[in-house]
Amino acid sequence: MSKVIIQNVGKVFERSASPVPALENVNLSIENNEFITLVGASGCGKSTLLRILAGLEYRTSGEVFCDGRNISAPGADRAMVFQHYSLYPWLTVMENIKFSRRLKVNRENLTSSDVEAASGRADALLNLIGLNKVRDAYPNQLSGGMQQRVAIARALMGRPEILLMDEPFGALDSQTREVMHDLILHIHRIEKTTIVFVTHDVEEAVYLGQRVVLMQPRPGCIHSIFPVPLPARRSQDMKHSEPFRALRAEILARIRESTGITTDLDMLEQLNLQSADV
Amino acid sequence: MTDTFSHPARPGIWRIAGQLSRTQYWLFAFLGLFLPFAAWAMLSASGWVDPMFLPGPWNVLTRLLTWLLEDDLAGDALISTYRVAAGFALSAALALPLGLLIGAFRPVEALLEPLTDFIRYMPAVAFIPLVMLWLGIGESAKISIIFIGTFFQMVLMVADNVRLVPLAQIEAALTMGATRFEMIRLVLAQSARPAILDTLRITMGWAWTYLVVAELVAANSGLGYAILKAQRYLKTDTIFGGIILIGLIGLVIDQGFRWLHRRLYPWAHTRG
Repeated sequence: MSKVIIQNVGKVFERSASPVPALENVNLSIENNEFITLVGASGCGKSTLLRILAGLEYRTSGEVFCDGRNISAPGADRAMVFQHYSLYPWLTVMENIKFSRRLKVNRENLTSSDVEAASGRADALLNLIGLNKVRDAYPNQLSGGMQQRVAIARALMGRPEILLMDEPFGALDSQTREVMHDLILHIHRIEKTTIVFVTHDVEEAVYLGQRVVLMQPRPGCIHSIFPVPLPARRSQDMKHSEPFRALRAEILARIRESTGITTDLDMLEQLNLQSADV
Repeated sequence: MTDTFSHPARPGIWRIAGQLSRTQYWLFAFLGLFLPFAAWAMLSASGWVDPMFLPGPWNVLTRLLTWLLEDDLAGDALISTYRVAAGFALSAALALPLGLLIGAFRPVEALLEPLTDFIRYMPAVAFIPLVMLWLGIGESAKISIIFIGTFFQMVLMVADNVRLVPLAQIEAALTMGATRFEMIRLVLAQSARPAILDTLRITMGWAWTYLVVAELVAANSGLGYAILKAQRYLKTDTIFGGIILIGLIGLVIDQGFRWLHRRLYPWAHTRG
């Protein structure tokens, strides 16, 4: 059975006088240990869908099953990595990684060997993200890329079934992003976590994902799902390969289509029309 | 472009959001304190102003000395500090948990915040007759006035401090499985600590402001009382001495809070 089953999920924001449909009729199955990327123009509901999976946002229709259980609230089985500002600045790198150990959910029926294993796991994660040297530093002493690595390690500490990532590298410079891409692929291989990764960057989506889920706006729904025709083990040089470039171009074209802008010429024309209105 | 090899000029200290070295900072701080003092000394030395209205620095200093040696200045300062400390502690003891609850839970916010806002605008001075009626003229009456003057402001500021905890910090804990109580104890309270200490520092200033008001309530000791009594006999040197002393105590306490802030929360100061 699939790890995650999303059935006819819809979401209507009712904050304003006229309700805004953010998601409509979303259906998606995610397999165990799969790396799924969600991509689409802004307003397509990709972050909303991820937050519904996390239990941070409630859905107004449909069902979400994780390991067969119906999801309605946040839980330690679905850890999330945010774009930024989620680390605890009063805790050191190591204390941040171990934060979840202080929660009751991880303290019930605890044996001394569990405690030992947890401490070993924290060290292993620190090694995995390559931040051994700064284990006692505070987050604001670290670069943005290092902070995100700590956030990933902290999310992995409780061995979540699913790792949800909401544009985690969106605020990083492009060189750091490439390093982070290979790091998260490495982590996916080693930890065997199921990963759902939201991004607006098509190149990132194709490079990381085993399947790329393209969403479209107004109302947010799934446009199409692309299996990525690349070897499971990715490397940076594949970005220049023909299948990579073809898929990237295809997805970019579909995004332009879904936002109503098919070519750059059309966009210029629209801009001209708008300026004529002024 | 003749001076290609000269060092680029340091940006000036008057640039908006510019930098000041430590020495420069203290130089300006000293100037800020010294200039008004010098102006005061010159004005009173010039003889333009009747010393009855404006006693010179020297008169004030000698008055402070005789007050200390003959009229129990230490006792006055001590009892005033005690009243401020008691009123402030009582405020903080109630405002911290209440502010935390208002900041954490929307229903509590809706229940208490408009009410607090309403009471906050009532002048604390106007409560004096009521407080005297209810509590008499003992210490508890003075402490109550200081409490009324600071508590309602403090609650709202603490609630704001808690509300400003970044949502990502809260949501991260939720997806790690934190319970509501753990969220308050391990995230909200922790994250808001530096801002709350700043709130305490600022409200401490207000507590001292209400001291003089509180000592209107039939006191027979304290700095505020001494100032009020001096007014009756036109002893302006005592008034000046008392005011300056309260200012100095405030400055010391404020610096103490700042020192504590740097000491307790170094992570809120270093910038990466």
